[in-house]
Amino acid sequence: MPVAFSDLFTRRRKEEPPEVVDGPGQPTKALDRFLAGLSGRTAPVLLDLGPVVGSNVTFFGQEVGCKILVEDLSKDIDRHVTEGKLDDLPRFFDTRFPQESETIDGILCWDIFDFLDKAAGERLARQLKRVLRPEGMLLAFFATAEPRPATKPTYTKHVVVDRGRLQHKPYTAARAKQRPLLNRDIQRLFEPLRITENFLLKTNLREVLFRKPPKPQADA
Amino acid sequence: MWKRDESVKPASGTVTPTGPAVQSQQSSSSASQPEPRPQTGRDVVNIGKSVVIKGELNGSEDLTIEGQVEGKIELKDHVLTIGPNGKIKAQVFAKALIVLGEVHGNVNATDKVEIRDGGSVDGDIVAPRVAIADGAHFRGSVDMQRKGPEAAAKPQAQPRPAAQAAPAAPQTPAAQVAQSASR
Repeated sequence: MPVAFSDLFTRRRKEEPPEVVDGPGQPTKALDRFLAGLSGRTAPVLLDLGPVVGSNVTFFGQEVGCKILVEDLSKDIDRHVTEGKLDDLPRFFDTRFPQESETIDGILCWDIFDFLDKAAGERLARQLKRVLRPEGMLLAFFATAEPRPATKPTYTKHVVVDRGRLQHKPYTAARAKQRPLLNRDIQRLFEPLRITENFLLKTNLREVLFRKPPKPQADA
Repeated sequence: MWKRDESVKPASGTVTPTGPAVQSQQSSSSASQPEPRPQTGRDVVNIGKSVVIKGELNGSEDLTIEGQVEGKIELKDHVLTIGPNGKIKAQVFAKALIVLGEVHGNVNATDKVEIRDGGSVDGDIVAPRVAIADGAHFRGSVDMQRKGPEAAAKPQAQPRPAAQAAPAAPQTPAAQVAQSASR
């Protein structure tokens, strides 16, 4: 049966997996800047809002020499969904972080804001801005494409391969990604933090690096 | 066969005093001497499943816990292993900690902490090396002192600011667990 060359290529394209999961990792631009921002500090404290990834703990511990606090918010979201208490999520975030104000040097939000609606996102952002130290860094990823309703909801475990690469490992989520945030929404959400880097990757992922402005010095 | 036995007998007699623990156990079973002490510095003591200890546990040898311990565990120069059935609600000080069971409490290790698949730690970890396997549960903070000349120059300087920056006593992960449980 004769097959046209073009048919061969289209077939191959269809067979390709939609997303590389266990490959060598996908590029990240912002992580390196984030680490650079933390490197000058003595004994920085890092807050990781993703699931516990052993290799990440080792990486950040050795690379930055920091203390790492792991607060897996995906579990909190799942619990609220399964208990049918999603409306309580914004209030829950008000008391979720026991850390004192301005004690954290860096926050890794990963893509957690994609899974929150506006109210919950605002309350979470408020808490993160509170705990972040002046000149502290916050790294967050945002999807730019509308979530496909048919697909099974998944969170992404971001495994650091090196300073320039992340491995994205999906795992089952109780809640799907919400509508993507626009640039100005992101900016407003984190005000008064300043966006220092904003990368739109080929994977349609937006990596945004924020910095908390220094405290205004009182005139003597 | 017979020749072999003859050759073994004198050999066992000579090996017993200097040989390692395992060999000396074999020789003690064959010989009719009073039991030579098989213990060396590397012996591992096991706390069985049914044992419950409340209070302070100190030791100078490696220890495996399969039972329950509440309070404080100090094995400063030795390896503490929490077996799959082990449940610890204690502050732990050890050279190395290997967790296959459950630990609730803060952990201080001078060498390393390993949380293996199925292991669970709720608490703050301070150790130069920390390995958390996929499938392990961990909630708390990890403080790894940076290795290298900087760290060697000021070994005491790092933990202090981190401790200051860390939440106050009621805000430890153990407290967080309690809070979340109450919710």
